[in-house]
Order: sequence, then C-alpha cells, then structure tokens
Amino acid sequence: MESEFLSTMVLTFKLATITTVILLLIGIPLASFLVFSKIRFKSIIETIVSMPLVLPPSVLGFYLLLAFSPASVIGEFLTSHGIRLAFSFEGLVIGSVLFSLPFMVHPIQSALSQVPLSIFEASYTLGKSKLETMIRVILPSIRHGLISGIVLAFAHTVGEFGVILMIGGNIPGETRVASIAIYDEVESLNYAMAHQYALTLFVVTFSILLLVYTLNKKSLGGIK
Amino acid sequence: MIVINITKHLNTADGALEAHFNLSIHDGEFLTLFGPSGAGKTTLMRMIAGLEKPDSGHIEVDGEVWFDHTQKINLTPQKRSIGFVFQDYALFPTMSVRENLLFAAENAQQRRTVDELIDLIELSNLASRLPSTLSGGQKQRVALARALVRQPKILLLDEPLSALDPTMRQKLQDELTLIHKRLGVTTLLVSHDISETVKLSDRLAQIESGKILRTCKPMEFFSPQTLSGKLQLIGEVLKMEEDFPIVIVTLLVGSSVVRTVLSSEEASALRIGDHAIISTKAFNPIVMALE
Repeated sequence: MESEFLSTMVLTFKLATITTVILLLIGIPLASFLVFSKIRFKSIIETIVSMPLVLPPSVLGFYLLLAFSPASVIGEFLTSHGIRLAFSFEGLVIGSVLFSLPFMVHPIQSALSQVPLSIFEASYTLGKSKLETMIRVILPSIRHGLISGIVLAFAHTVGEFGVILMIGGNIPGETRVASIAIYDEVESLNYAMAHQYALTLFVVTFSILLLVYTLNKKSLGGIK
Repeated sequence: MIVINITKHLNTADGALEAHFNLSIHDGEFLTLFGPSGAGKTTLMRMIAGLEKPDSGHIEVDGEVWFDHTQKINLTPQKRSIGFVFQDYALFPTMSVRENLLFAAENAQQRRTVDELIDLIELSNLASRLPSTLSGGQKQRVALARALVRQPKILLLDEPLSALDPTMRQKLQDELTLIHKRLGVTTLLVSHDISETVKLSDRLAQIESGKILRTCKPMEFFSPQTLSGKLQLIGEVLKMEEDFPIVIVTLLVGSSVVRTVLSSEEASALRIGDHAIISTKAFNPIVMALE
C-alpha cells in the first residue's frame, strides 16, 4: 500500500514536471508570437490557446480520446508506428500540455507585452541578434512572468482530474495520478488513504507556491 | 561622409504625407534635425538606424551601402555601425551600469574602454547599481555611454534630453559637447529645443512635413542677417506687463531671467511662450568672472 502511494505521488509530480518543461519550451515562442505577430488571424490562435480556461476538461478529454483511438486518422497513423497514446503516460503528457497551455502562455504574454519596444531595439542597435536579445535581455527581465507561468502550469497539472480520467483511466504506475487516486479511494470508502493523498497534495503544492512567491519577491527587489 | 536620399510614406497625426529626405553629413559633424513633432525627424533617424525601412532611395555611410532600394540592400540594425540613444533610455533593467556597457562590447579592446567611458560620464561610483536606482540624468548618461562602446560611425540621439529637468538638461548638454569634442563621432540629434540646438550643433537641418527645408548654421537660422548685434541671446518670453507706453518683458535665457523694456509696437509681435532673440548693438557688453 505504501509503495503504491509513493509510486502514485512520483507519477503525479513526474507528469507535472515533464508537462511544465514542455510548456515552457512551447510557451515562450507562442507568447512572443501572440505579442509581436501582426497576422490577421491572430485572435483565432489566441482563442484556441485560451479555450482550456472555459472548456470542461471532459470535452478536451473526449476529443483527445477520439483522436487517440485507432479508429481515427491520427490514431491509426500513431498505432501503425507503434505509438499508443490512449491510457498511457505519454497520452497524459499531451493532454496536460494542452490543458495547462493558457496557464503558461498568459503570464509570459502579459510580461512580454510590458517590455518597451525600445529595449528590443536598443539591443539590436548594439549588434545583438533576436535570439541573443531574447536570451540575455528579455527573458531575465520577464522572469516574474516566467516564474508565474511555471508555478501555475505545474500546480494546475498536479490538480488536473477530468482530462486524465477521460484519456488516462486509472492504471497504477502508468496513469494513476494523485487526484484520480483520491477519487478512487473515496469510491471504495477508504477515507484514510484518500486523506493521505489529499493532505500530501495540499502540503506539497502549498510549500512550492510559498517558496516560489517568497523567492520571486526577493529577486525582483527594486525592479518591479 | 553619410549620404541619405530616401522617401517614405508616413501616417502622422495630421494625416498621411510623402516624406523625402535628402541630406549629407560630414565626418565628425554634429547635425541637429530641428522641427515640430510629427515632421518625420524620428522616422528619419530610425531609417538611418535600420529600425524602419524606407520605401525607396539610398543610404550610404563612408562608401558602404546601408540601404538601396534598386539593389535590394537593407542592412539590419545589427550590421550598421550605429549608436542609438532612445528617449526612454532603454537600459536593460536586470543589468548593472557596467553590465549594460559590457553587453554592448564586441571584443576585448571595447571591453577595456568600458571603465574609461564610465569615468567619462562620472558614474564610476555607481557602476554596479541597477538602472532602476538611478536618476533620469544618470540613466541617460549610461545610455549615451552604452551607445559609444562599439565606437560607432554615427551616433543617433532621439530627443535624449526631453524628459529631464532644465538643470540636468544643461549639464548633459555640456557633457554631450565635451564627449563630441573628445571622441569626434559624427552625431545626429533630434530636437525641438532651440537653445539645445544652438548650443550643441555645428549645423541644423530644418524639417517640416517630411521635407528638409534647409540646412544652415544654427545661429543663421535663428537670427535673421539684418540683426548683427554685438550681443545675441535666445530666450523664452515668460511675462509681458503693459505699462503704457511701454511693455516690460521678462525672458528666460538659459537658466537666468532677463527683463527688458519694449515699446508697445515692438511687443505686439511677441506672445508668452515665444522664443525671441535679445540683441544689443550700441553698448559693449561687460563680461566679468563670477565669484
């Protein structure tokens, strides 16, 4: 029982960490695109990014499940290449990335939009490329936005339930994360175990948030 | 030698206009682009820097083509040897004064000049401070020094002093003159401040509605030829008190206040806020050292 508890917790945080890293890598270019691009259909992309905020998780989960099933075009393509996404950890990662996307993109987007254009231009006139400007000038100065994005995406993935239930099911060691386990233990009237999961989630996420906000406040110092 | 002949369609607050700038700037010259806001001064500056693209024409610096419409050449800002000082300073907030300058340096030789430049702007004791802890004048000095690190062929100053109070403005004008004399870098300044223009520039280009109306020495521009006074000052009219048949006019010259008496007729050409020339012919001005 103890080892199952541990493996479930490890899986939960592994999922959250991988999702957050992927989201950070996608989020920075996507947020820059949303801030700086002048293409006409930008608001459509903006809407798609924000959809998970208002959409019931079961809707996203349902469509992902359809897409992953061998009956669909995508699913068929994946299965023929030996990839099974439904009821697998990889499937959960994809679902979580989509579902937590706005929580990473929005804070970065709002921080980026507050950087004056002249900061970018000053760096260009000093001979620095766009990439170097981004890495050495812009990312350090929007770090509060990055930190918020990381924390929100991480916490949101840890607390995710609906999407995972739809596409992951409840396979111990593979797709059974803490939020599902709580539901499962309550269903079988095992309140002590449910409580153990719930309290652990509560304490761990509270500590992470507290730590990050304290550090963030300190490191920002006189900048903000 | 910098040769510019470019056109650009501009959308200004007063409607669209076809700007055409034809200008050549000599090596080591301090040229001011003077004119009302919306005339296209900043756009011209940004096109020289490569931050905006002209519609057509040609920009050449020391024989190197920076922009040519027919040959489809348009060097990026990174490839142009420029130093640009922005109105809002544009200092990098997470870097100290020294780091801001070091960021600009491209090689070991330029890195070595960083401390020299910090000395030049008298900020040695603040070199490790973050920009947010500096005053406006100090920030602008850092921005200026940062623009000079790469030893650019042309220094572009976009109304760099407009956000500063008058005292700091004067101090920085003096420093700009000093730096320009010492480094001899070709400098282009956007300004709509008369005293600044007269004080700093070798030559002035008058810009209105996207055209360069004329270029001349600043004093020729502001003082008509007929007034060959012995003493000439430019000031701003602060107050006019009517005391028939005379008018007592108070003017601000630099940071000093000058009062003078005019006839009602002479005074009728003046309004509060106008810039005016004060000249005296008959008397030799007495100049004494202060203290």
